[in-house]
Amino acid sequence: MSPLYLLLQRVAMASLLSLISCAALADSIRLATTTSTYNSGLLDYLLGYYGQTHDTEVQVISVGTGKALKMAENGDVDLLMTHAPVAEAKFIARGFGVEAQGVMYNDFVLVGPKLDPANVSGVHTVTEGLQRIAQSNSKFISRGDDSGTHKKELQLWQHLGAAPDFSGYLESGRGMGHSLQMASELSAYTMTDRGTWLALKGKLDLKLVLQSDPRLLNPYQIMLVNPQRHPHVKVDAAREFAQWLVSAQGQAAIGSFRVNGEALFVPSAE
Amino acid sequence: MYELWLTFSAAIAQLASGDPLLWGIVGVSFSVSASALLIALLPALSVGFFLAYFRFPGRWAVISLLNSLLAVPTVVVGLVLYMLLSRAGPLGDLNLLFTRPAMIIGQILLCFPLLVAMSLSAFQAADYRVLETAKTLGASPLQAFVTLLFEVRFALLAAVVTAFGRIIAEVGSAMMVGGNILHHTRNITTAIALETGKGEFVQGVALGIVLLTMALVLNVSLGWMQSHSRVLRHGA
Repeated sequence: MSPLYLLLQRVAMASLLSLISCAALADSIRLATTTSTYNSGLLDYLLGYYGQTHDTEVQVISVGTGKALKMAENGDVDLLMTHAPVAEAKFIARGFGVEAQGVMYNDFVLVGPKLDPANVSGVHTVTEGLQRIAQSNSKFISRGDDSGTHKKELQLWQHLGAAPDFSGYLESGRGMGHSLQMASELSAYTMTDRGTWLALKGKLDLKLVLQSDPRLLNPYQIMLVNPQRHPHVKVDAAREFAQWLVSAQGQAAIGSFRVNGEALFVPSAE
Repeated sequence: MYELWLTFSAAIAQLASGDPLLWGIVGVSFSVSASALLIALLPALSVGFFLAYFRFPGRWAVISLLNSLLAVPTVVVGLVLYMLLSRAGPLGDLNLLFTRPAMIIGQILLCFPLLVAMSLSAFQAADYRVLETAKTLGASPLQAFVTLLFEVRFALLAAVVTAFGRIIAEVGSAMMVGGNILHHTRNITTAIALETGKGEFVQGVALGIVLLTMALVLNVSLGWMQSHSRVLRHGA
């Protein structure tokens, strides 16, 4: 048999399989979540555990927090896990989200070129670090996509009392992974969640320049789309998954997730 | 350079190992794009035929509109479709957003104008006498249409190959209305975008190889058929 024939056969089989999997779409819920939880591999890892004891399939759509909130507001998903406390509080106050629960946290860090031209490594607070980057007009990649990370970064600039308008300030408009790669290629600084940084740092020409400022804490919440606003959402299945995440089992699974031997997230449910 | 080679050979190895995840993604791409093409084909050819053989007021405007639609970016189709299919939109009750049918609709919208434009020029280039002869021999309009389809089959095949190439390679609409959900709506192009974001170039390269191989096979077979038919015609 020729390689071409084998290839065609494989394609045909794959098409067939995908059709079958499409038909078996009986019990599934949609979770909108952020690129930081998906690109790090955490969700695939957790869903592997969840699938062992539950039949519900959790379909993951990973986007920035801003877009995840918008999807939930429109009722296009059943539940969401995001990391932008201020925006989430507003979202809940407007009646779009219910039953919010803290799930886990990690923290943000500043990373930059190995030579550290702005000399950020020497300072202890994130505001001072950002100030040095702005004053030396070093390149800084901002997500610029209304994600949780972007919202956090803008809050920090605001706290500094300075608009990030130096010419080295660049908006990537993309996810954390893309932005980190861009920073690496352009020898720029950027702010990233620790999870994505640890997952990608082996492939980047960057180093960690600042961490452990309490202001850099990054808490993740899970919440359900309000079924009173969107009666079609699968609230029971969504609640079941949310409860599992904050249960002893789910929390243990989060705590045991490792990338290159390092823990990325700290479980935080009460 | 060595890094590049390592990535490339790892990609080949992943393809050869028959990785079910990888081939599942390929399957999504092919089933979505093939469905879109099959659904759009006959209506598009009919419109192309109609525009080629009937004169009516405003015909030029319809043709100009179709030609402009050729230039519409895939993300714009995705955006419009997203707003229509969202729960907050007019078609929200159909529950289609983030499903494969939504991706198929997007790709139908993308390939339809292309199929019409290319079949229109194919029909226009066809010898008008074919149609006249068929009619004189007592063919019904439908039979005449089929005769003409056969006459311009290679140009139509080229239209099909081009349309398939456009939709299987598009990422904008598939990402927006499909949502890139693993095992459901993750296709070749949205997977490449995701894997690149994770810094995993191997799977991206492997999927890129599949797309390129497919384009090569389709176009080489088309070229071969066209030249082969010419040899037959002139060699007789």
